[in-house]
This record gives sequence, structure tokens and C-alpha cells, in this order.
Amino acid sequence: MKMMWCGLVGWIDDRFPLTELWNEHLAKYYAPKNFNFWYYFGSLAILVLVIQLLSGIWLAMSYKPAADLAFGSVEYIMREVNWGWLIRYMHSTGASFFFIVVYLHMFRGLIYGSYKGKRELIWLLGMGIYLVLMAEAFMGYLLPWGQMSFWGAQVIISLFGAIPFGIGDALALWIRGDYVVSDATLNRFFALHVVALPLALLGLVVFHIMALHQIGSNNPDGVEIKSNKDEDGIPRDGIPFHPYYTVKDLKGAVVFLFLFAIVVFFIPEFGGWFLESDNFEPANPLKTPAHIVPLWYFTPFYAILRAIPNKLTGVIAMGLAIFMLFVLPWLDRHPVKSIRYRSALFKLLVMLFAVTFVVLGYLGTRVPTALYSELGIRMGELYFSFFIIMWVYGQDRRPAFYFNTFLVVLVALLCIDWIRYDPSKGALMWKSLLMPLVYHVVFLLAPVFTSLNESRPVPERVVFK
Amino acid sequence: MTARDSMKCLACSLALVTAFALASPKALATGGGIRLLNAEVDLGDRAALQRGAKLFVNYCLSCHSASFMRYQRMGRDLGLSDEQVKKNLLFAGKKLGDQMTVAMRADDAKKWFGKAPPDLSVIARARGENWLYTYLMTFYEDPNRPVGTNNLVFDGVGMPDVLSELRGSQVLRAHAAPEGQEAEGKEPPGPRSVNETLQLERAGLMSPAEFRRAMKDLTGFLVYLGEPAKLERYRVGGWVLLFLVIFYWLCRGLYKEYWKDVH
Repeated sequence: MKMMWCGLVGWIDDRFPLTELWNEHLAKYYAPKNFNFWYYFGSLAILVLVIQLLSGIWLAMSYKPAADLAFGSVEYIMREVNWGWLIRYMHSTGASFFFIVVYLHMFRGLIYGSYKGKRELIWLLGMGIYLVLMAEAFMGYLLPWGQMSFWGAQVIISLFGAIPFGIGDALALWIRGDYVVSDATLNRFFALHVVALPLALLGLVVFHIMALHQIGSNNPDGVEIKSNKDEDGIPRDGIPFHPYYTVKDLKGAVVFLFLFAIVVFFIPEFGGWFLESDNFEPANPLKTPAHIVPLWYFTPFYAILRAIPNKLTGVIAMGLAIFMLFVLPWLDRHPVKSIRYRSALFKLLVMLFAVTFVVLGYLGTRVPTALYSELGIRMGELYFSFFIIMWVYGQDRRPAFYFNTFLVVLVALLCIDWIRYDPSKGALMWKSLLMPLVYHVVFLLAPVFTSLNESRPVPERVVFK
Repeated sequence: MTARDSMKCLACSLALVTAFALASPKALATGGGIRLLNAEVDLGDRAALQRGAKLFVNYCLSCHSASFMRYQRMGRDLGLSDEQVKKNLLFAGKKLGDQMTVAMRADDAKKWFGKAPPDLSVIARARGENWLYTYLMTFYEDPNRPVGTNNLVFDGVGMPDVLSELRGSQVLRAHAAPEGQEAEGKEPPGPRSVNETLQLERAGLMSPAEFRRAMKDLTGFLVYLGEPAKLERYRVGGWVLLFLVIFYWLCRGLYKEYWKDVH
């Protein structure tokens, strides 16, 4: 039996680099042995991708991409297709879990500086995946053809209309294929959702992994394991990905699937976060819902868009909010990778950024009252401030540099408030100005007067914590 | 990661899951100043679902369709034989495998009611069970409306009060000021309860307690109608979770065995 197997593999190896691929990416690919909890999310993202592809294929077998049939076909999948409800809930829950996993994966990259040390391209490819994923989710959400599908798409596509010089409206028209979201839009979104974007996604994922395996994985200590090898050329701090990380990730996958199954089987709507109640009403172009909310994974950016009254400025700010993530590797040039060995202020900075992102996400789901819009502006300011501070902390700066940056930021904040000044909520504006003000006092002045911004020495070999 | 760490991790995740599931991104169909009644739906109660089905067929299905549902599927899910469905629930001229559609034409309906009665297949998922139950409970006499009745949670509703023969008729209590008449400068009071707002003026065929039960049955049936798979998915889900727990211990053993010599 074993002879036969070896013979077969040999036969293939003469014609295709099977063993070579297996060794290069699994059996002889060395990964740092100190991966912690945060390092599960890469392999989990692949797991969710597979879940989405498979459940998506089976959904497409019964779904009808036509305005008068789409809503009903989803209900028939839920009722008359064998296990259709399970396939559909796996797909709808999978979409939200994809973003949970990807956000945690990105946060991991942020706290351990995984875009540093020739890893910029890995980060860029990852951001490409994130962008395609957003497009994929947006187009997929139109397909059930419920009220939120329709009006969400209507609102988001109309954002392109904000581009001046007559380009915007022409572009929006070109995307919809009609003057409003219609059958034509549904059909092309279906094509993009099931063919074009998944292909792009798969391609980017392959490149992301190839780029990672070229330079090697980062780790919670930020040690470059390839720079410390034994006599046989094997990294001293590494272990073969297979079988060590395959069995470890398998364990992580089972825990993940447990949580996934809880949602799929017991709370698929997840209190309106994963399936909105308005989307159980068929799309009606004549009836605008009182409150149009995108799904939760878009709401941080939606909150930034909505906080700014001028539509074009809002769209630019939203685009910029995503763009800032792309250039993160060139903003954060600090030589220390891992948050473990960076300063106390840096730790606070990153934690506050996570809080800002979550609060923005919450605000994006609320009706914009005066208080919430004001909070939206301030949180948006904190969101962008994070990137400024990342850049400032990128190298050792003289005190004058901190003072000057503080002054520039202060003037910018006051300018923004001057432009948008509204006497009816003057008091609210002044009070809330304290938020960015305190933020910048802490992050730009504390490094001058205290030693809170000093990094700790980085170990040369991995340490176990 | 030790076993204790994983347990902690799992506990945290579960807490997060619950917290988010409870903190809805937006209030489900609110009651417009009325505290919603609790429908206390129990899909395990088959007799209640059967009673609800009967009410649905007799009082709703003449105008409202449930066109994504078939009579036969409903009968099987509710524990009724095909014969029982034929005898009790099927309209003349319908076959067992037919969908629950209505004969009324949409444009006629629009002429008569101002708006075609919506399909009720997934109404419970769009509106929420407590809203539906409260809606069914809170029709009241309002001479200003063309049909003579209005509703506490659906102001200006087009549907006539078809359940009045069972319930009797309700009127607004004298002190229950309609919305928008609160004294200026005062904080608007919190949501009002249905009992503070409505009173029964003329009794119907059912006592108030009987009527409440009937409406809970009907709401329960609508919840079933919105998602027939709900009867099945909790049961399947339990087995899936059990399998994953066992599988986790296997994977953990495998992991420990492989990793015992990594230092």
C-alpha cells in the first residue's frame, strides 16, 4: 500500500511540484513557536471563506436573481429546499463572522506590528482582501431583495453621486444600470457577487499567503525567526507548520465552529445585528424606511460619513478613513514591532483606537440626534488622530517636534469647529472639544515631560509568557 | 494555551455573544408610546399552534395571503393528518399541496382598503412577536377613521377590526390623552400600558382571558409561519453543539500530544 502511494506521488512529482508545494507551505514551512490566541484568526479567515464559498454555491442553485422572484426564492430556500434554512443561515452568519475574524486579524497585525520588516506588501494585499470583502458583502446584501437590501444599496450607490463635475451621477447610473436600484442592478450585483469578486478574493488570498511565506511570520515578540538558524538551516525558534500548527488551528477551528453553530442554530438574526427585521419586508421603491442602517461591519465608516453634513466632504472623509489603514506601514516606522515592548502611551493609543472604532460602529446604527452627530464628529477626529500619533511615535522626536505637532493639530481642530460652528449647539461643541484636546495633550505632551513613551528592549529569541 | 485559559476565553466569547444579541442595533418595531405586551410564544405547544392555525384560516386568510407556505407542510409540522387539514383548514377549491394564497385581486383590495393587505408569510420576522400580539389586542373604536376603528400601535391602520365579534369593542379611556397633547415643557411620560389606555365597552363572544389566549395562539402560529424551520433548528443545533464539544476534546488531546516536546 505504502509502495503504491509513494509510486503515485513520485508519478505526480515528475509532472507537478506536489511534494515541493507541500513542503514549502506546510511540512517544512517554519512558523514561530510562540503564536498566541491572536494567531488563530488567519486560518479561521480561510475556514470562513470556505464556508461562504460552499454555502454560496448551494444557495445559488435555488436563488433567482430577478426583482420579482428574489425575495420569494429566498423564502423557498428557507422552507422547501432540503436543509435550505441551514445553508442560508450559514451564509448570512458567515458574512458577519468573516468580518469579526478579519477585524480581529487586522487588530493582531496592528498590535504586533505585523506590517513591519519587509511585510508591507502582506499588509497591502490584506487590505485589498478587506476592500474586496466589503464590496462582496455589500453586493450580497442586495440579493435577498428586502427593504434594507434595496434602500441600503440605494443610499450607498448614491454616495458616488457626490463626485462633482457631472462624473458622480454618470458613475452612479453606470453602477446601477438604471435610474434607481432595480432588476438590472440586482442581476449585475449577483454576477459580481458570485463570480467576479470571489475570484478576486481567492487570488488575493493566495498572494497574501505567498507574500507571508516569502518573509516569514511575525510573532508576539517580534523576533525574526529566520535570522537565527541552526547548523541545518532550520530556524531555532520555529516549528514546522504541519503538523504543529495544523493540529493547533484545528482546535481553534472547533471552538470557532461552536460559537458559529450557536448563532446559526439558536440566534441567526443575532438581535438584528446579522439579519435586520426590515429585510423581511420585500423591497418597495415607493416606501422609504424610517431608519436606513447598513450592517454592523460598515457602520464605523458610515458614522464618519454621516457626521459630516456636506455630502462630498463626508464621502472623502469615509474614503480617507479606509485609505489611512492602507498606508499604516509607512506611518508607523518604529523599529520595535510588538506592543509588548513598546511604550505605555503606545499601548493606551492602540486600546483607545479599538474603543473609537467600536463606538463609531455603534453610532452608525443610531438615529443621528444632535448629541450623537456631535459624538460622531469627535470620534471621527480621534480616529484620524490615531494615525497622526502613530506617525509621530514612528521615531525619536525632539520636544519641539511634539510642541509643533500639538499646535498644528490644535489649529486644525479649531478650524474644523469654526467651519461647522452652529450657535444652537455651541455649548455641546465646546464641551465635546475636550475629547480630542485631552487626547492630544496626553499623546503629544506627555512624551516630552514624562518617560511614558519609552520602549523596552526586545529579546533576540522568542520568550514564552 | 492551558485548558483554563481556553475555558475563560470561551466564557468571555459567550458573554459577548449574549450582550450583543440583547443590545439590538435598533429597537424592533416600537409601539409608538405603548408598552408592548408579551406574547409568550411557545412553539413547543402544538395544540396552541393548531388553534392559532384555525384562527388564522378563519379570520386572516380571506384577505391576507401566506403565499410562501403550503397547506400540507403546515399540517405536517403541526401534527395534523392530511384528512384533518382537508376537513378543517382547506378552503373550497384548494388542494393540499397549494400555497396559502387569497382569491382577492390586489387592485380590488387597494380600492376597498386603501392598501392591499400584506402577505403574512414572514410578518412575524418583520414586526416581532410582541408587536404583533399587541397589535391584535389594541383595536379601538375611532369615529374619525373611515373603517370606524383605529389601533394603538399602528395609527391609521387600514384593516377593519375583524376580531371584534370575539373581543367585543374597546374605546380609549377618558384620561388617556391622545399623543401630542402633553403639556408643553413637561417631559413626555414613559410608554403607557395598554390597560391604562383602553377599556372594553361591549363584550364579545370570548371573555377577555379567552381572547388573550386566542391572540397568543394566533401570534404563535404567525411566528411558526415566519420560520417553519424554527421547530427543527433548535433540536439539530443541540446535537451539533454536542458533537463539537466531543470533537474539541479529541482535538485538544491531539494538540497536547504533538506539542508536548515543544519548548
